[in-house]
Amino acid sequence: MDLQLLFEATVSGVLLGCFYAAVSLGLSIAFGLLDVPHIAHPSFLVLGAFGAYVLGGYGIDPLVAGLLLMPVFFVFGLGVYQFYYATFERRGTDTGLRGLAFFFGVAFIVEVGLILAFGVDQRMVEAPYIGESLEIGEMRLPYRMLVAFGMAVVLMAVLSVYLSRTFTGRAIKAVAQDEGALRLMGVDPVRVKRIAFGLATAVTAVTGALLIIVGPVEPGLGRIYIGRTFCVVVLAGLGSVPGTVVAGLILGIAESIVLSTAGAAWAPAVSFGILLMVLAVRPAGLFGR
Amino acid sequence: MRFLRPFSVAFAAAVMLFAGLAAAQQPIKVGIGIAQTGPLGGGGKAALLALNMWVDDVNAKGGLLGRKVQLISYDDQSNPGTTPGIYTKLLDVDKVDLIIAPYGTNPTAPIMPLVKQRDLLLMGNFSFDVNAQIKHDKWFNNAPWGAGAVAWGATFLEAGKALGGKTVAFMAADAEFAQNLATGSRQIAKAMGLQTVYDQNYPPNTVDFSSMIRAVRNAKPDILFVASYPGESAAIVRAVNEIGVGPSVKLIGGGMVGLQFAPIMEALGPLLNGFVNYNSYVPEKSLDNPGIRDFLAKYRPRAVQEKVDPLGFYLPPYNYAIGQMLEQAVTATKSLDHKVLADYIRKNEMKTIVGNIRYDAVGEWAKPMVVMAQFRGVQGKDLEQFRQAGKQVIIAPASMKTGEVLPYDKARK
Repeated sequence: MDLQLLFEATVSGVLLGCFYAAVSLGLSIAFGLLDVPHIAHPSFLVLGAFGAYVLGGYGIDPLVAGLLLMPVFFVFGLGVYQFYYATFERRGTDTGLRGLAFFFGVAFIVEVGLILAFGVDQRMVEAPYIGESLEIGEMRLPYRMLVAFGMAVVLMAVLSVYLSRTFTGRAIKAVAQDEGALRLMGVDPVRVKRIAFGLATAVTAVTGALLIIVGPVEPGLGRIYIGRTFCVVVLAGLGSVPGTVVAGLILGIAESIVLSTAGAAWAPAVSFGILLMVLAVRPAGLFGR
Repeated sequence: MRFLRPFSVAFAAAVMLFAGLAAAQQPIKVGIGIAQTGPLGGGGKAALLALNMWVDDVNAKGGLLGRKVQLISYDDQSNPGTTPGIYTKLLDVDKVDLIIAPYGTNPTAPIMPLVKQRDLLLMGNFSFDVNAQIKHDKWFNNAPWGAGAVAWGATFLEAGKALGGKTVAFMAADAEFAQNLATGSRQIAKAMGLQTVYDQNYPPNTVDFSSMIRAVRNAKPDILFVASYPGESAAIVRAVNEIGVGPSVKLIGGGMVGLQFAPIMEALGPLLNGFVNYNSYVPEKSLDNPGIRDFLAKYRPRAVQEKVDPLGFYLPPYNYAIGQMLEQAVTATKSLDHKVLADYIRKNEMKTIVGNIRYDAVGEWAKPMVVMAQFRGVQGKDLEQFRQAGKQVIIAPASMKTGEVLPYDKARK
């Protein structure tokens, strides 16, 4: 393989990997830290993408639209978690399977709602950085991927600092480790989980915007991202933000290199093969404890 | 009690008469599983609208054989795995009289064994070469591709050769339709003496094609043949514009599903310029036909109302044509027997809004009518521009040509 091509594929993979990490961040919190079987996460991403599409119709940049939608998604997330908690978690037994069914239901409602509102066609947004690329010598990098990369890095840095430096952030990490101990310290774990789920949902507003910046979106796209996002979160080690970045990068680079070389059709097999190999060596994932 | 006998006979006769009348009043059920969600949902919704328009029209004329026509449809979610179950339900539970295939090759392929086993008439719906192996004698495709990739792949590759192309690259989705098309086109390229310098299948739902386009650029082909599905087609067009395919490439496109759909055309706008792609209908003078023109005039307001493809060039006229073919066959034979209907369709010219169709031995159009059109002069994101002639210039076949093919670099300016 040509060295220049390999280098370009690796750079592309880094951009793609950061995008994969970004779209998995919300799930990393909800599933990784809170142990909520949030199978509707990709549907929330698509909802965020359509939010950016709607605001785009008013001339608002998709990234700005994603940021504007964060508070709305935060409140939406609080509501979804409260319903999930009251209906399943508080009642205790069989939460996993029933929760899974619940979030499947939520995903279908979101998808059907989007179909009723927008139809089933592929939607795209307009922005100055879509369709253009940065030229460095012979290498061309699409601005949309660079924007996704930049936004993903900022988002992951902010989230990392928030989870490690703020009281609520530490409480979110604590609730993942020992809910009882947190309660003994006078903190309401349900409230902390509600906030964390709201945060995970708020993140999907921005990462959903990234989704529609990177490629066309239709209401059923979430189904495709279920495998990818869960793969990143599990490979990372549940709930680890740095792990999510590393896992995203591994999958992105692997996919990009395989697509550039003979055997492009093997890209998903290589990604999931890496997941299986890592889990065989480190069952808790790359950064899992 | 003997005096009651005539009454009993009269009663029995009345019951039989009413039963007969009730059966006569039962609608003729036509069943279809068609994508209403998922990647093919956009096309599927527009196709279903056209079929419903035919049902409305035929019922307004009094139905078929004196019975109303009822269309029963289910969403196959663009998932080939769902179609055997859907068609089993249509046949065994809904007891439909006639069936129409799902939109597309991938969802149709899994029902072919079922249809062959039960020896049923199946009206194909824009599948490609799906009957090539099974050779079911009651299959009739509404799509104008003809058998094999000759009318499709050869037309595109010949246009590339006309531009001086000697080498070719293939990029195809790893799924039924794209593989059928790419396999046939590879053989044609070889027979035409074109050297293949790049040949890759990509996994469906690939997010970013930058890496593949770089690899294509690295291979320096003269012609790039792409066989892809809607979301991927849009992503490939973007990647080609962003990454560039290099100065060697004179012709790009061929088999990109989705570049015929209004929302994708609208969103991509000028990025489409230069691409040469297959189509079934474009508003060019050589394809002007009063049947399609009248149909589109009726289709447009309903499409807007039902939020489906507002242009409706690609699938809707051909789906309406399926209804017309069934109507012609049932009316002429006065039968719903699948063998009788299939015999009629095989032996007779079918008169539809998309033209008169005769079928070959494998149920494909005997005279294919697939056109290769080059996007030119597309400006901004105004959808109305695509209703004008000159935006999708027909470069092949010669009988329908409205302009000469231009090299990609020149046509995209």
